Amino acid sequence: MEGFLLQFIDAYYLRILVIIGINIILALGLNLITGVTGQLSMGHAGFMSIGAYTAAILTLQFGLSFGIALLGGAVMAGLFGFLIGIPTLRLEGDYLAMVTIGFGEIIRVFFLNFELGGKATGLYGMTKYTTFTTVWILVIIIVLLNAKLLKSRHGRALYAIRENEIAAEAAGVNTTLMKVLAFTIGAFLAGLAGGLYAHYMGYIAPKDFAFMKSIEILNMVVLGGMGSIPGSILGAFILTIAPEMLRIVDEYRLLFYGALLVILMIFRPNGLLGNVRIYDLKKRFRKKEV
Amino acid sequence: MFWEQLLNGLTLGSTYALIALGYTMVYGIIQLINFAHGEIYMFGAFVGLVLVTVFGLNIIVALVGAMIFCMFLGMLIERIAYRPLRGKSSRLSALISAIGVSIFLSTLMVLIRGPNTTRYPEIIKITTYNIGSISISSLQIIILALATLLMVGLQVMIKKTRVGMAMRACSQDLEASYLMGINVNRVISFTFAVGSALAAAGGVMVGVYYNAVWPYMGLMAGLKAFAAAVLGGIGSIPGAMVGGLTLGVLEIFGVAYLSSSYKDAIAFAILILVLIIRPQGIFGQKKIKKV
Repeated sequence: MEGFLLQFIDAYYLRILVIIGINIILALGLNLITGVTGQLSMGHAGFMSIGAYTAAILTLQFGLSFGIALLGGAVMAGLFGFLIGIPTLRLEGDYLAMVTIGFGEIIRVFFLNFELGGKATGLYGMTKYTTFTTVWILVIIIVLLNAKLLKSRHGRALYAIRENEIAAEAAGVNTTLMKVLAFTIGAFLAGLAGGLYAHYMGYIAPKDFAFMKSIEILNMVVLGGMGSIPGSILGAFILTIAPEMLRIVDEYRLLFYGALLVILMIFRPNGLLGNVRIYDLKKRFRKKEV
Repeated sequence: MFWEQLLNGLTLGSTYALIALGYTMVYGIIQLINFAHGEIYMFGAFVGLVLVTVFGLNIIVALVGAMIFCMFLGMLIERIAYRPLRGKSSRLSALISAIGVSIFLSTLMVLIRGPNTTRYPEIIKITTYNIGSISISSLQIIILALATLLMVGLQVMIKKTRVGMAMRACSQDLEASYLMGINVNRVISFTFAVGSALAAAGGVMVGVYYNAVWPYMGLMAGLKAFAAAVLGGIGSIPGAMVGGLTLGVLEIFGVAYLSSSYKDAIAFAILILVLIIRPQGIFGQKKIKKV
């Protein structure tokens, strides 16, 4: 597949497409927690790093196959998501944001001192198993499952928690269970993306998963439009491509990136595709047919 | 050893408290986590440095200069990046806008000064006093005194003046304040000015105390100060002061008695523990949910 694609596009663009795929998985995971359920989480890179390190250690040290390592990383991250989900039962809004920031930082400092993870140098020498095909097949599966989840009874329950938690509870939604569920699935996806990332780059270090990475993922979700799957995908596209396009302005790159965030938010305060859901798009499409 | 560490912790904590006050005041009024606040602190440190080294000013004059500069910077940021979003978007959009400003400002400073650490010149002659077995430097006394002065000043302003009363009214109910004829936009602008000035003072103090400033210093300091504000109960001004001091002391003790490689993790671990036990922070009021 790679060889076939390379006949048409440059290796550089192929690489960006793979990174976009990984970012879409990350954004969809966070979208479930923050966009759909409305629980502000600012430590998503922490879950990603757990997945990345677990998967890398599993292939490097234990010689397990890529698929199993990937699953192992995702499950491990999901487990942590479950554990972090529990305090969210008591915390709200910005207190929760602070706890998730703290969690991300603690994980980063832990990996900085983690013998098996190579401390500050990180891990390197992973075989580059991740390919364009694996990433995008996973993206398609995750988008479909995600759309199915959001359309289901449980998905509506998650949206209800975002809109009004008390009303949701009164209507019989088990808010506790649903919030933990959102956190666990979101973290699982981040862990999966982390495993893919580790086996695409071939090396990982704690600084790859710093606070700014969490912020980058949050930007994708909010910029694309909270709670919208097409929005998260678009957000991941734009915010992966923008820094690359801005390479022409070289050292002013981040300056423009910062300004871009402010300007986009001023002109599209609800995100680019706020409240557009795949399900609505389909409905609109059908109407046209009739 | 114990008392000396406590003193170090209080010095560090008082700078956290100064930054945390800006977070908490802004949050109290418009429920925005002003992520650019750490960068304002960084700008304050740099402006102070330039005033001392390039213009050869006295450190106190430089401190005041940095505070005035950051007052305007804070007001400008509010005007450009937050006001257009107010009222017509979710709080998260304003948060992203704040993050954009934060990235913009730290990159701007990298472009101006380069990414490396600049050393502060030795401005104040440091003498060390020994009281019993405890040694205290003149610098620590100055920082603690200045921080106390600023915090007391802030309390007086909020409790006694007209504009302070307007700020308290706005933090209780923005809409009702507006209906009572308070110029809400001006109060918000004023809040940003005061918070930014305090952060600038913290920046100059940290620059002098640790003898170093760098463009990315705002990120971690901002996170810690936000942690301090949340620890004390976000929105509460005494809470920010107590939270900042507590966090500074605990961090220094953690480094001294546990492990220095976990320095940044200790503060956050304590914070998480406190929040799990007391979800609204030390001074925060428990909100009763009404339907």
